[in-house]
Amino acid sequence: MTALGFELTVALRFLREGRMQTALIIGGAAIGVGVILFITAVLTGVQSDLIRRVTGAQPHVIIKPPDELVAPLLGGGADASRLPSVQARPQRLTTIDGWQAMARMAEATEGVLAVAPVASGSALAIKGDASRSVLVLGTNLERYRRVVRLDDKIKSGVLQLEPGDALIGVELAHDLGAVLGDRFRVQSAQGASALFRIRALLDLGSRDLNRRYVYTDLRAAQSLLGIPGRITSIDLSVRELMSADEVAGRLRAQSGQLIESWIQNNNFIFTAISNQDIMTLLIKVFITIVVALGIASVLVVSVVQKRKEIGILRAVGATRRQMMHVFLLQGAVVGVGGAVLGSGLGMLLVVIFSHVLRNAEGKALFSLQFDYRLIGVVVVSAAVLGLLAAVLPARNAARLDPAQAIRG
Amino acid sequence: MTAGEPLVNLQGLRKTYNAGLPNAEEVLHGIDLTIQPGEFTALIGPSGSGKSTLLNIIGLLESGSGGSYRLDGRDVTTFNDDERTHARHASLGFIFQFHHLLPAFTALENVMLPGLIGHQRDNRGKSNAQSAVDMRARAAELLDAVGLKEAYAKKPGELSGGMQQRVAIARALVRDPQLVLADEPTGNLDTLTSDNIFELLRRFNRESGTALLIVTHDPRLAARCDRIVELVDGRIATDRANKMGAA
Repeated sequence: MTALGFELTVALRFLREGRMQTALIIGGAAIGVGVILFITAVLTGVQSDLIRRVTGAQPHVIIKPPDELVAPLLGGGADASRLPSVQARPQRLTTIDGWQAMARMAEATEGVLAVAPVASGSALAIKGDASRSVLVLGTNLERYRRVVRLDDKIKSGVLQLEPGDALIGVELAHDLGAVLGDRFRVQSAQGASALFRIRALLDLGSRDLNRRYVYTDLRAAQSLLGIPGRITSIDLSVRELMSADEVAGRLRAQSGQLIESWIQNNNFIFTAISNQDIMTLLIKVFITIVVALGIASVLVVSVVQKRKEIGILRAVGATRRQMMHVFLLQGAVVGVGGAVLGSGLGMLLVVIFSHVLRNAEGKALFSLQFDYRLIGVVVVSAAVLGLLAAVLPARNAARLDPAQAIRG
Repeated sequence: MTAGEPLVNLQGLRKTYNAGLPNAEEVLHGIDLTIQPGEFTALIGPSGSGKSTLLNIIGLLESGSGGSYRLDGRDVTTFNDDERTHARHASLGFIFQFHHLLPAFTALENVMLPGLIGHQRDNRGKSNAQSAVDMRARAAELLDAVGLKEAYAKKPGELSGGMQQRVAIARALVRDPQLVLADEPTGNLDTLTSDNIFELLRRFNRESGTALLIVTHDPRLAARCDRIVELVDGRIATDRANKMGAA
């Protein structure tokens, strides 16, 4: 007998003695843990894939000037006659007043990672006989690459936006028949036009974006769009993707501007993700309950089977508390054993299904990198769960009257 | 121990089962009994006379419903479960008739077990359980003494009834108790084996001065004890010294 201490020694011996029962219940706990880990890995993979696609070329939060409204009639008192209907104003290209101060304010807001000024508007990209409708997006590259990770999206070329440089999507380059280093003309709706040299080809995650986006220097876009010195939006990235709405709320309270978050703009995805989260949480909770009930029922039976042994241990000097510990420890050991085996099972499932489940690009839906912190959390939780499951049987064991137990 | 104080001192001990219920039944009606250190006593009587109940109460496995009990100079009448357990662990040893060993443990481990139970921790957090190494040595010594040198690593299931009872005797003695309580220790053994077991108990009684209280149906065994207490219908019918026993 080892120096494990009396309670743990007896607990382990009891488990070993009840071979079949122990194997079955550890197996049950392992399957539960494995499935929970597997679901978590798949879901994390699916969701981050989805979010990556959606937010690929989008800032997390955008500050825009407020919509222009029809001004109310000056001096229109109660006696003034009202028009039966108000026609909405056509929205011009509007700009943010005093954007430098606003950008500093946004940068100082809690949860904001990076801020970049953007002047954007529609234009035509022209090369030879080809012309395509595009969105010119002028910005400061050094700031903007911290908002949208353009570095990850380069297909060829270098990230560089000197005056006269442009970064365009691969599809647009194809449509224009242009290659890296070629020049093309951009003509704005306001009538101005300028020549740009293609510095890099980007893949922004969707063909649509790859056809439409033309990134240029801020100044070039401003003069092209006829808004020198002004910008049309401030783009932000946030530290926590899922907290974009809260950050947007904070910004809204501080500025009179229109604030949009990626969550608002893609509400359906966000709703789908949170519904998925709720469903899987529910599944995990039920799996956990089933595992706990399994551990509890096996231990309840074990207490009945071991009546005599419990009586003998009490007779030779074990206290009620010690008998309780013996069964609590059995619960914990079963929990930990199940969690360790289950982690292996979960990893195995992930490896197998990473060959089966693939995203639209044919890449594995989730990375094979397992979250080892998660395993740690699972093992500790399983130990606690096992302990809790063992409370009732352990109390039964502690309550057993030794004289009766020995008599049989 | 206080000088002159008996090891066990029962005064007017009563035991009622299902007290307060319609089926209440008093099984011990006022027992006065003292046992001196080192005494070797047989407790006899017909089935249902209350022998086992009395043994359980003396063994602190049950408590009485009335009267008083002093064990080794301490009033244990009103002890709670934990206090009874500690006193049991400190002063008493048990030998039962059937299924008395833990089947998952080897013979040696069964003998060591009582010594590995620790109740208190000292201020450095160290348990008062005896060290496993010390216990192993002591357990081996006792198993050798009961003639089971070869059986250290055997599980109870691999031992005969007589061998199992020897292991139980070794276990009862491992913490050097002042009193060993034996409930029909030879009840399901053949005559030869039961003679051997009895001799073993007698030997330990002589060598270590451990008092023994043996419940038995076997008049032959009772006749070999120093004192015979006869219980009939929950009362002590006779209590006499037995000169023959010492011989």
